[in-house]
Amino acid sequence: MLAYIGSLAALFLTAVYTIDPFTTDIVKTVSGENFSELASKSVYRAITIRTVGIAAAVTVIDLLLAVPMALYIAKVARPRVRRLLIVAVLMPLWASYLVKGYSWRAILDPGSGVLTKTFGGSPGFGVTATIIGLAYLWLPYMILPIQAGLERLPDSLLEASADLGGRSAITIRKVVLPILVPAIIAGTIFTFSLSLGDYITVQILGGKTQMIGNAVYANFGSNNIPFASAFAIVPVAIMVGYLLAVRRTGAFENL
Amino acid sequence: MRFTAATRRLLGTITAFGLVFLYAPLVVVAILSFNTSRSFSWPPDGFTTSWWGKAWESTDIRTSLANSAKTALAASLIAVVLGTLVSFAVQRHRFFGRETLSLLVILPIALPGIVTGIALNRAFRSLGAQMGFLTLVVAHATFCIVIIYNNVVARLRRLSPNMEEASADLGADSWQTFRYVTFPMLRSALLAGGLLAFALSFDEIVVTTFTSGPGFQTLPLWIFSNMFRPNNLPLVNVVATAVVLLSIIPVWLAQRLTDSE
Repeated sequence: MLAYIGSLAALFLTAVYTIDPFTTDIVKTVSGENFSELASKSVYRAITIRTVGIAAAVTVIDLLLAVPMALYIAKVARPRVRRLLIVAVLMPLWASYLVKGYSWRAILDPGSGVLTKTFGGSPGFGVTATIIGLAYLWLPYMILPIQAGLERLPDSLLEASADLGGRSAITIRKVVLPILVPAIIAGTIFTFSLSLGDYITVQILGGKTQMIGNAVYANFGSNNIPFASAFAIVPVAIMVGYLLAVRRTGAFENL
Repeated sequence: MRFTAATRRLLGTITAFGLVFLYAPLVVVAILSFNTSRSFSWPPDGFTTSWWGKAWESTDIRTSLANSAKTALAASLIAVVLGTLVSFAVQRHRFFGRETLSLLVILPIALPGIVTGIALNRAFRSLGAQMGFLTLVVAHATFCIVIIYNNVVARLRRLSPNMEEASADLGADSWQTFRYVTFPMLRSALLAGGLLAFALSFDEIVVTTFTSGPGFQTLPLWIFSNMFRPNNLPLVNVVATAVVLLSIIPVWLAQRLTDSE
């Protein structure tokens, strides 16, 4: 644990260094150069905004799918069906992340993909395809904490609400949601953070789209570790900010 | 009755749609693993099982499969031990920095994999470690611990410490209490967590890219390096399909075990 924090700290310390453009050696003089470059160049701002936008879109799509699915699994399905459904949601987690990305490539390929051949059209590769792919990959991570949260919600509470005249919509809003919110936030921590740092799905599905992860990877590859570290701080800062903001909701207990 | 019939139907429809969404890509991969064509083509050109035979004989695939299994097993075992210890510390004791520790412990899963990967890569290199099995296990253990920690903490929160106190009052020493009282109550949480940790480690590619060495290829690394080689694409499809099919067994077993308790 300490080793992990230590190596993170060491990484972020290098963010204030720069590299010698000819030797690519790290010049150990403290400067804010990397950060001012990040803040001033429109290309990096665009990458950051795009990445956060993609992560937010993925999270919203997963929420829209996961909440009804988790409600159905936990509160509507019979016990036998419930067990089957949980297994059905867990299983795709074992399939290779890369192969799932590749499979979406086969589905979305604008020329000869499954969608084009079957329905005659496809969104093609780009931001939309990246969002679909990421939403697909992280959907189980959203369903599982919400479903687990709902399992802890006693049926008697729902019945009490119904007995008191609360219709489905009101029961969901007044009884289910307060218990659900921490579980939902736990799910969003997964989908948001996993999307923020992704650089492989976007390579497979994004066409020329660049996310923060690609920029970090490229700078790491070209040995500009200080700049890579500086850019890596962006998603970390966003995530830590998010974690601190939701700490009070009790979401960590639902992870 | 809890939901109106219309609400139930709506929930059922969305669930059905969600399942189709989850399984369509897997079905596509499974179908492609029987495709006669070497490169991607849709609809498939013809039916063949020859890729399955070739994959079975490939030593590359066998080695990387074994490497992945070894790594995942070692990382989840380390995580089971350390994760349990941390969750006991956080859940059963009050100490300075406890809140901070509970935030720090989830960082490896809340932070992007590429950040964890680069940070550990730099740290291992500055320590002069040779990238390979050991560095990979340590790297994977960092995020596996989180999974175990979450599962055990959730369980501990629901367990009353009365049981342990009763055991101590009846004269059991702390090892006996752990062995006969606490551990049996934790077993299913450990198993579920361990299994999820195993699955995560087995499929991990981002941290793996930065913390494994050239001599140690895991299954995801093998897939990554062969996915864009036209000749090996059918083999990738076979391996992916086989892993999903095999995963039914542990997922089902874990589900049964948690249900029976």
